[in-house]
Amino acid sequence: MATQQTIAEGAAPRVPLLYDPRVRGIAYQILVFVGLFAFVYWIIGNTTANLQRANIASGFGFLQGRAGFDIGDSLVAYSSDSTYGRALYVGFLNTLRVAILGIITATIVGFVIGIGRLSKNWLINRICLVYVEVFRNIPPLLVIFFWYFGVLSVLPLPRDSIELPFGSYLNSRGFYFPKFLWGEGAGLIALALGLALVFIWFVRRWAAKRQAATGDRFPVLWTSLGLLIGLPLLAFVVTGFPLSFQFPALSTFNLQGGIQVRPEFLSLYLALSFYTAAFIAEIVRAGVLGVSHGQSEAAHALGLRNRPTLRLVVIPQALRIIIPPLTSQYLNLTKNSSLAVAIGYPDLVATGGTTLNQTGQAIEIVAIWLIVYLGLSLATAAFMNWYNARKALVER
Amino acid sequence: MQEHDLSFVRAEMVASQAPPVAEHGLVPWLRKNMFANVVDTIFSLLGIALVFMIVPPLVQWAFINAQWTGSDRTACATLAQGGLQPDGWSGACWAFVDAKFQQFMFGRYPSAERWRVYLTGFLFVALLVPMLVPRVPRKGLNALLLFVIFPVVGFFLLSGGAFGLKPVATPLWGGLMVTLVLAYVGISVSLPLGILLALGRRSHMPVVKLVCVVFIETMRGVPLITILFMASVMLPLFLPPGTSFDKLLRALIGVALFASAYMAEVIRGGLQAIPKGQYEGADALGLSYWKKTNLIVLPQAIKLVIPGIVNTFIGLFKDTSLVYIIGMFDLLGAVRQNFSDANWASPQTPITGLVFAGFVFWLFCFGMSRYSIFMERRLDTGHKR
Repeated sequence: MATQQTIAEGAAPRVPLLYDPRVRGIAYQILVFVGLFAFVYWIIGNTTANLQRANIASGFGFLQGRAGFDIGDSLVAYSSDSTYGRALYVGFLNTLRVAILGIITATIVGFVIGIGRLSKNWLINRICLVYVEVFRNIPPLLVIFFWYFGVLSVLPLPRDSIELPFGSYLNSRGFYFPKFLWGEGAGLIALALGLALVFIWFVRRWAAKRQAATGDRFPVLWTSLGLLIGLPLLAFVVTGFPLSFQFPALSTFNLQGGIQVRPEFLSLYLALSFYTAAFIAEIVRAGVLGVSHGQSEAAHALGLRNRPTLRLVVIPQALRIIIPPLTSQYLNLTKNSSLAVAIGYPDLVATGGTTLNQTGQAIEIVAIWLIVYLGLSLATAAFMNWYNARKALVER
Repeated sequence: MQEHDLSFVRAEMVASQAPPVAEHGLVPWLRKNMFANVVDTIFSLLGIALVFMIVPPLVQWAFINAQWTGSDRTACATLAQGGLQPDGWSGACWAFVDAKFQQFMFGRYPSAERWRVYLTGFLFVALLVPMLVPRVPRKGLNALLLFVIFPVVGFFLLSGGAFGLKPVATPLWGGLMVTLVLAYVGISVSLPLGILLALGRRSHMPVVKLVCVVFIETMRGVPLITILFMASVMLPLFLPPGTSFDKLLRALIGVALFASAYMAEVIRGGLQAIPKGQYEGADALGLSYWKKTNLIVLPQAIKLVIPGIVNTFIGLFKDTSLVYIIGMFDLLGAVRQNFSDANWASPQTPITGLVFAGFVFWLFCFGMSRYSIFMERRLDTGHKR
């Protein structure tokens, strides 16, 4: 040992400075840093010069200016007299709306198709395969166009609307369905729903404890369903049916009343859901196939039947594989919702684009886009990571 | 030793028998694969109903009722819409695709110069096919031709302005040609750039690592449209006053940078899957960083992530359709642009055009994914468990 150390100590200074990995590393980094700094400096110089020439004042002051353009689809009060800031906020809410609804639908459709792909039934398997291979291999923008130009815009005019069940209508201006008008005492129903959820939580805890202690099982699922439907229903009856509908009715040129879902939203929502569902289906399939066969064999050897094997052994392990790629699909859907601009659905990118054209504040608008989308990405990633950490394999 | 009487042992084999009748043929197959139990039967019946709901009308629309020839909208519009078809008619308007085919392929590229596009396409296929077939030798030379010589030749052929070729400005380019140019450049830039970014992200130098992480995460965190808007609106701002910048080039830069961030993450996955022993073995042999990376690490890492790389390529190919939004007319853009042609406006025109564009995109993407499966099987050395 001692001789080795002396050699090592004696050898160290003999390395020329040029070949010392540490010195080299630092030199490279300084080089990169200086290069990057110079590049950014050059860009900033050019940009200020360009902005001065174009007479554009930088800064976010423009957000207070009058927007002057109308937005067809808005969740909050908005008129062309509102500010640019308000317009961007409306766009942001629209992005969130289509993203959230799309994620829910895509998850449901994706899981159904993914499970269908695992089916031993040849026909179901093939149908799901065709679905996946078709939607995975065409651009989402094309799917959006397909719904918008191919399906929804060739529907009949409002006066020959297609009648659907429950007093809803479909025509070239969108989908109309009755509006729910809650009357007196409707708060009680919501309260009952909340109460049911609390009860379910307690029942689950109690049932788990009892099963751990005695081995007796309690029909948690049926009790929960009963509570979830029964309590609000009871409240509904007690308060004397405080619900009425406002049906859409045909007037001279358009349908009046009810709730209108515009074709822009509908096509974007349908396209994103169906497109993303194909990817989710493949993720689900890979996740279930990723659970090793030995696991279900062991469960069967322990005497578990098919259903409990799936529920207790396969699915929890499959979820571990499914969740990380599922997160990135959710993010993709959210980002793809920016394709709205191609069909005129007023999302963040579309309203931002209009603002950009009117004010020329390119840098500020792009910065807002970056911040919002990065923020959404990070928030979704954080939530899914938290969920993933709960589900992840706990090892020594 | 006792003597055995072996006379009961059979000397010759029994003639093989046909399998039981209930095990082969169509009916048992159906019983096993579609009607195994009650639930299965219900699902199969639902599936059959679904197929019957979708397939016959689709065939009816796309082939039987379809209008294959015609010179204007009257061929594809019903009497009520001012056309020739009977009322209530619904069929694909392939006449529209036929009439606009040249535009869907080349955009507004001057017809006298289209031989240049054909020649470029021919060169590309002639170089690509030997590259893709594993048996063809001289891959190095082939790659050099495809990725270094071909872009130069292709650039001069398509845009002209030298060697006596008439210049064709990029705003005249369009259709499938632009889609393929975008995809080719995006793919050949994003792979090397993605490798560099992935190596940078795994680097021990904090500054390099930080730069790569920030770049990758920003690109992956925002939609491609914002990157394209950025490339089309902000790039001119970043450059010295007075420099003009080609629109197609801006889109190319945007697409390539975007794809390279995704590529970097895929490659990083491969790099992380290489056992530490490989790195240490290379170090023990005294290889330099680049020799270690090129000879030991990357060949193994890239082989592992071929499916991911091809998926990124497919994503890139599909994403090229977004350039329509910044005002360029790729295949989808050219189709979309022609909806507003009054000469062909009919309810069937948009959907036919979109089905055609969808089919072209589908062919390319499906082809890529099949090739990746083939490569994956071929390169599988059996080390993977």
